[in-house]
Amino acid sequence: MSGSADRGNGSGELRWNAWNLLLLVPFLILGTPWINVAEPRLLGMPFFYWVQLAWVPFSVAIVAVVHVRTRGERGPSVPAGPDDVDALDTGATR
Amino acid sequence: MIRVPELVVFTVLFVGVSALGFLAARWRTAPSLDHLEEWGLGGRRFGSWITWFLIGGDLYTAYTFVAVPALLFGAGATGFFALPYAVVAYPLVFLPLLRMWSVARVHGYVTPADFVRGRYGSPTLALLVAITGLVATMPYIALQLAGLEAVLRTMGLNGAGLLGHLPLLIAFLVLAAYTYQSGLRAPALIAFVKDILIYIVVLVAVIYLPIRLGGWSSIFGAADAKFAATPSPADGVLLGGNNQLQYITLAFGSALALFLYPHALTGVLASRRRDVVRRNMVALPAYSFLLGLLLLLGYVAIAAHVQPITNNATGRPDTNTIIPMLFAEQFGSLFSGIAFAAIGIGALVPAAIMSIAAANLWTRNIYKEYLRPDATPVQEAKQAKLASLLVKVGAVLCIVLIDPQFSVDLQLIGGVIIIQTLPAVAIALYTRWLHRWALVAGWVAGMSYALYLLWIIPNPATGSVHFGGSALALDRLTLLGWHPFAGSPVQIYVGFVALVVNLVVSVVATFALRAAGVAEGEDSTAPGDYHADADPDPRPEPVAATAGMSTR
Repeated sequence: MSGSADRGNGSGELRWNAWNLLLLVPFLILGTPWINVAEPRLLGMPFFYWVQLAWVPFSVAIVAVVHVRTRGERGPSVPAGPDDVDALDTGATR
Repeated sequence: MIRVPELVVFTVLFVGVSALGFLAARWRTAPSLDHLEEWGLGGRRFGSWITWFLIGGDLYTAYTFVAVPALLFGAGATGFFALPYAVVAYPLVFLPLLRMWSVARVHGYVTPADFVRGRYGSPTLALLVAITGLVATMPYIALQLAGLEAVLRTMGLNGAGLLGHLPLLIAFLVLAAYTYQSGLRAPALIAFVKDILIYIVVLVAVIYLPIRLGGWSSIFGAADAKFAATPSPADGVLLGGNNQLQYITLAFGSALALFLYPHALTGVLASRRRDVVRRNMVALPAYSFLLGLLLLLGYVAIAAHVQPITNNATGRPDTNTIIPMLFAEQFGSLFSGIAFAAIGIGALVPAAIMSIAAANLWTRNIYKEYLRPDATPVQEAKQAKLASLLVKVGAVLCIVLIDPQFSVDLQLIGGVIIIQTLPAVAIALYTRWLHRWALVAGWVAGMSYALYLLWIIPNPATGSVHFGGSALALDRLTLLGWHPFAGSPVQIYVGFVALVVNLVVSVVATFALRAAGVAEGEDSTAPGDYHADADPDPRPEPVAATAGMSTR
C-alpha cells in the first residue's frame, strides 16, 4: 500500500503525480544481501549499522522532496475549528 | 539497595509532569471537554509541533527504549530490524494517511473502525476492526507498565509480591486520573517534556559511553566475541543466512502495521490540517535516528559487562533492566535519575494515548453502535472517560496477576493480528473493489492462520513449544497439511504470511460474492472527501462537519 502503486484502480478521483514514485526509493534498504557486510567500517561501526543509520537522513530528504513538489494540490474545504488553535506554532499568544 | 538520589530526581520529574497532565485540561480550552472530539482528539486542532511530539511520544515508547536494545544485547543484528522498520514506515504511509485524515475530518470519524463503518455500511466489519484494535492495544499498554517497572526495580524498588507492584500502582493511578480529566491534551503536553529528556539522555549516552569504553570498534568487538562464544548460530553482529527474510518481512510487516494501530491514528486525526500530517511525515524520522542510536546501547551494555537484575516478583533475570542498569553503572546519580525519569515518563505518554484510543473504539464502535445508538455527545464523552479508566485497570491487572512474559507474547500477537485489518482499512482508502463480506472472510482466514502459526512456533530458550516468537521456519509452514517448503530453515515473519492468506481469500471471495450478487452496502464517502482540507483561515463553525451522503 505504498500509495503510488495502488493508484489508478478506478475508485473515483485518484490523483497521479510522478513525484510520488520517489517514495519507493527508501525501500531499497530492505535489500539485506547488499548491506549485510562488515566492511567498510565507519568510526569502528560495521557497514550494516552505519548504512542503515545514514539511510534515515537520506529517506527524510526523499520524503521532503515529495512533500515540497506535491504540496500545491488543494482539495475541497471542510470548516476548521472554532479557535485559532495552535498558538505555539504561530507564536501567537492567545 | 535503594538508589536514593536517583529516586529523588525521578520523583521530582514525575510529580512535575503529573501536574502538567492535570493543568492540560485548561490548555487552549474548548467550550467543554464533554465531547468525544474534544476529550479524545483534542478538538482536532493540533499543529505541526504538537503533532510531532505527540506521535513521536506515542510510537517510540518506554517499551521500545528498554526492550529492543535488550534484543540486540541478547541476539545481535536481528534486533536492529526496528531501524529499517522506522525508516520505511513514513514513505509507506505518506499518501494513505493524508486520505485517511481528510475523510475522517469530513465525516467526523474518530477511529479506524468508524471509517470502515462509513465506507462499507457494515457494522459487522467495523466491529471486527474495533475488536482487533482493542485486543492489539491492551497488551501494549501492559508492556508500558513493564517498561516503567524495569526502571522502578533498577532504582531498588524491587519488592516481592503485591508490595513490589505498589509503586507501579501509584504511578498508574495518577496517570488514570489526569487522562480522565484532560483527555488527549494531557499526553500532548507531557510529550514535550518526555521527548526533550529522551533526546538529551540518548545523545549524551551515545557520545560519552563509546569514548569511555574505547570506541565503537571495541564495542562491536566485545559483541562479536560474546556471540561467537554462544552455541546458537542465530545470533551475531551480522545477519545469518536463515534470518534475512525474517529481518526484511518483519521490518516491512511492522511498517504496514504501524498506523493501523488505533493509537497511532489518534495522533494523526488530532492534527489540524493536511499540511501538518505531511510535514510530520518528513520530520518524524528524527526519532528513528535516535532509535537507531539507542538500539546500539544494547551492544554498549555488552562491552560494559552489564548483568540484568533479577525480578523479585518472578525470580528470573529481567533483560529489560539492561539499559537502566547501564545508566546506573556508567553515570552519576543525577544523570541516571534523569534517564530513569525519561524512560518512566516515556511509559506514561503512550499508555495515555493508547487508553484513549481504546476508549474511543469502545465508545464509538461498540457502545454507540450496539448499546446506546441514541447516545448524546456528552454521554459519549462520559463513556469514553470511564472506558479509559477500565482499560488501565485491566493493564495493571495483567502485570500484577499474570506473568509479564504473557504480556510480551500478547504484544507479539498484537502486531500480527492488527495487520489483518489492512485490507479493510488501508486498501479501502484507495478502492472499494473488495466486497465487505469478502473482507470479513479474509479477516477470519488471516486471523486464524496467524494464530495457528504462532501456536506452533517453539521457544528453545524457555523450552515452551508454543508462542516462541514471530519468526517461523519455512519448514513448518503448512497449508492444510501440505508443506510447500519442507526442510527449509529460512525464517519469515508470521504476520506477513497471514496477511498474504488474508488478501488471497478476500480477492477470491470478492469474485464469488459478486457473481452471486450479494448486496454491496452503502458507501457514505464521496471521492472528493479523500482530498478535503481545512481552510488556512479558520471560520467560526463547529468542528465536526457532517457531509452529504452519496452512493457509489
